[in-house]
Amino acid sequence: MAITSIKNLKDFSTNNDRFEGAHTLCPGCAHSMIVRELMNCTDDNLVISTNTGCLEVSTAVYPFTSWDTSWIHIGFENAATAVSGAEAMHKARKRKGTLKDNDAPVKFVAFGGDGSTFDIGFQWLSGAVERGHDFTYICLDNENYANTGGQRSSATPIGATTSTAQAGSHSYGKKEKKKDIVAIMAAHGAPYVAQLAPNKWKSMAKGFQKALETEGPCFINTVSPCCTEWKFDPKDTIGITDLATDSLMFPVYEIIDGHELNILYRPKNIITVEEYMGAQGRYKHLFKPEYRHVIDQVQKDVNEYWDYLQRREEARV
Amino acid sequence: MAEKYDLQEREVWDGNFAASQALRQAQVDVVAAYPITPSTPIVENYGNYVANGYIDGEFVMVESEHAAMSGCVGASAAGGRVSTATSSQGFALMAEVLYQASGMRLPIVLNVVNRALASPLNVRGDHADMYLGRDSGWIQLDAFNAQEAYDLALCAFRIGENHNVRLPVMVHQDGFITSHTAQNVYPLADEVAYNFVGDFQPVDDMLDFSRPVTYGAQTEEDWHFEHKARQHKALMDSRPIIDEVFADFEKVSGRKYNRVETYDMEDAEVAIVALGTTVETARVAAKELRAEEGIKAGVVAIRCFRPFPFDNVRDALENVKSVAVLDRSSPGGAMGAFFNEVSAALYTTANRPLVTNFIYGLGGRDFSIAEAKRIFKEQKAHADAGYITTDIQQFSGLRGPTLGFFQTKRG
Repeated sequence: MAITSIKNLKDFSTNNDRFEGAHTLCPGCAHSMIVRELMNCTDDNLVISTNTGCLEVSTAVYPFTSWDTSWIHIGFENAATAVSGAEAMHKARKRKGTLKDNDAPVKFVAFGGDGSTFDIGFQWLSGAVERGHDFTYICLDNENYANTGGQRSSATPIGATTSTAQAGSHSYGKKEKKKDIVAIMAAHGAPYVAQLAPNKWKSMAKGFQKALETEGPCFINTVSPCCTEWKFDPKDTIGITDLATDSLMFPVYEIIDGHELNILYRPKNIITVEEYMGAQGRYKHLFKPEYRHVIDQVQKDVNEYWDYLQRREEARV
Repeated sequence: MAEKYDLQEREVWDGNFAASQALRQAQVDVVAAYPITPSTPIVENYGNYVANGYIDGEFVMVESEHAAMSGCVGASAAGGRVSTATSSQGFALMAEVLYQASGMRLPIVLNVVNRALASPLNVRGDHADMYLGRDSGWIQLDAFNAQEAYDLALCAFRIGENHNVRLPVMVHQDGFITSHTAQNVYPLADEVAYNFVGDFQPVDDMLDFSRPVTYGAQTEEDWHFEHKARQHKALMDSRPIIDEVFADFEKVSGRKYNRVETYDMEDAEVAIVALGTTVETARVAAKELRAEEGIKAGVVAIRCFRPFPFDNVRDALENVKSVAVLDRSSPGGAMGAFFNEVSAALYTTANRPLVTNFIYGLGGRDFSIAEAKRIFKEQKAHADAGYITTDIQQFSGLRGPTLGFFQTKRG
C-alpha cells in the first residue's frame, strides 16, 4: 500500500507529477484537476485506460502524451474492458512470474465521460463491474457530449439546453431526468461507489484512495463543470462547482458494499438551484416566466433526493 | 506450473478441439471471450483447461464479442499471450476493435470459425465474415481441415509475436464442416509445440513501469497517413516471415504449408481458385476429371488471405487458359470479393487467362464434387473457345433457375 498523505493542497498538488500540464483541454476544464488528484493521491504504479472523449483527444495527440504512466485508449465505449483485460493479464503474469517487478503494487483505473459511461459504454462498464475486476472507474460528468459539440446525454439534467435538446419557443430544453448512475452502480454490488467533486478536494482525494485500496470494482462519478457547454467564464470552474455542491445538484456521498451510505459534504448554507442555474448560460432560458415551473420542478427533485440520501444515511441500510 | 495433459500420437479431434489444443500448448495467458456458434467450443475448452490446471492463464468471460476483443487488446498491451475465438455476428460486433488491435500492433490470435452473416439468421458456414475482416489489418490464415486448424493456430502465435511482425493473426476454419467434423489429427508433443511457439517476449509492455507507454493515441492528417502506410508495410513485410515460420513448422511436424497451395498445377489448362474445405472437394474433382476425361484440371488454394499473396497467385495461374474463382459469400452488387483480388493479380500477366466467378455454398449449402466437375468442364469450354462462353458471374448450387450476371460481349 502506498497512499500519499494529504496535508495541504500545495504539497498535494506537487506530490506526484505523472500527468503533464501540456495537454489541450479547454482552459477552465475540470478534467485535468480530477485526473491530477487521482494521480497525486497514490504512489502505486498505474495502468490507466480512457474512453474516447475530451480527456482522451486532449492528452495523447501523437507524437505527444501527457501520461507518464501506462495508458491505453481503444474506443468510445470500452475503457472498462481494456483495463479489465490488463488486470487479468497482471494476474496471469504475476502467477507465472513474468513481470519485471513481481511485487510492485499496480492499480488499474478507467476514465470515461458521461457519454461513454451513462450511455454508449454502459454495457462494458456493467460487465466489467459484474466480473469483479480490481479496478476503479471514474466518470468525468460534465452532463453532455462535450467532445462532439455539446449534445444531450442521459446525464444532462432537465431544463438544460444542448445542441440536440434545444430550448426554443416550444421547448425548455432537455425534458428527461438525469440517470441516477451512482444508484445503478451501487446496485451492481460494487464495494465502493461515490459521487465526488473537485472543489471538495480532500474528500475527493480520500474517496479516490478508498477506491484504489478497495479490492474489486469501484465506481466514482465526479462533477466536472464544462465552461464551453455550460457557458461560464473559464476562471469560474471551482466557483461553479461550489454552487453545484452547495445547491445539492451534486451531493457528495459514498456507498459502501452497495448499502452503507455516507454523506461526505453537508453544505452549511444550502443555496437554491436557481442560484446555481443562474450562473450558467445553458439554463438562461429557464428564467423566462413561462419556464418558471421547470426550475421549481428541479428544486423539488433536488430536495427530495437530499431527503432520501439523509434518510438512507441515518437508516444504515 | 500447468498440469500434464495426456496426449496420444494420433487423436480424433474436430476443428474446434484442435484449435483449443493449440491454445493450451501455447499456454495462452488471457482469453477474453463471448460464445457464438460454431466457434463456442474453442473458448469453452480453454476455460476447461484453466479449470483443471492444464493452463496457467486467466479466462475472462465478458458480456459481448466487442468486449471480448477489447479485453484482448488491454491484455495484449499488458505484455502476454492472448487469444480468442468467434464467428459471424460476433465477428461483426468485434469489427470495430479489430482495427484497433492491428493499429496498436498487438499479436492477438483470433480463431474465426467462418459462418454466414444475417439477415436471414444462419448458423452455417460461409465466408462472409472472413471478407468482412479483410481490410482490418490482420494477417488471415485459412485452415482447410482440423489438422490445419491446429497447425496454423500454433504458427499464428509464432508469426504474430515475431518482433518484426507484431500483428494480430486470424486463423479461419469452415463452420461445422471443419469445426464439428472429427478427423484424425496428429498433434505435436507439448514440449515440442511450446518450444516451437516460444516464450512470449513483450514489446512496449504496459506492466513495465520503468518505461511507461501510451497506447491508442490520436492522430489527424499530420500523422495518420504515415501510421497506416507503416502498418500496411508491416503486413507486406510479414510475407517472408510467414514463409520462415512455415518452414520451421515443417522441421518439427513434417507438414509443409505455403501461402498459396497448388494441386496438380504443373500442366494444368483449367483451374479452380478456392478457400477452406472447398479446396479438398475441388482437388478430388480435378483428380477424377483427369482420370475420366483427360481434362488437365488443377486447384489453387489461398492459405494466407492477408497479406494477399499477389505474386504467388499470378505465378500459379499465369500459364492456365481458364480460371474459376469461387466466392463463398454474397457479392452484394459486385463481382465476388475473392474474384476481384485474384483478377487483380492476373491482370498483370502477359498471358491473361479467362476468369469467371462462381458464388456458391452460402449459409452452409453443400458444395459437391459433381458441382466442382461441372465448373471445371465449363472452364474447359472457355479454354477451347478462347473466350468466355457463359455468364462471367454465376450462382452455383442455387435451387430454381440458374442465376447469371455480367455476360460477355461475345457470348
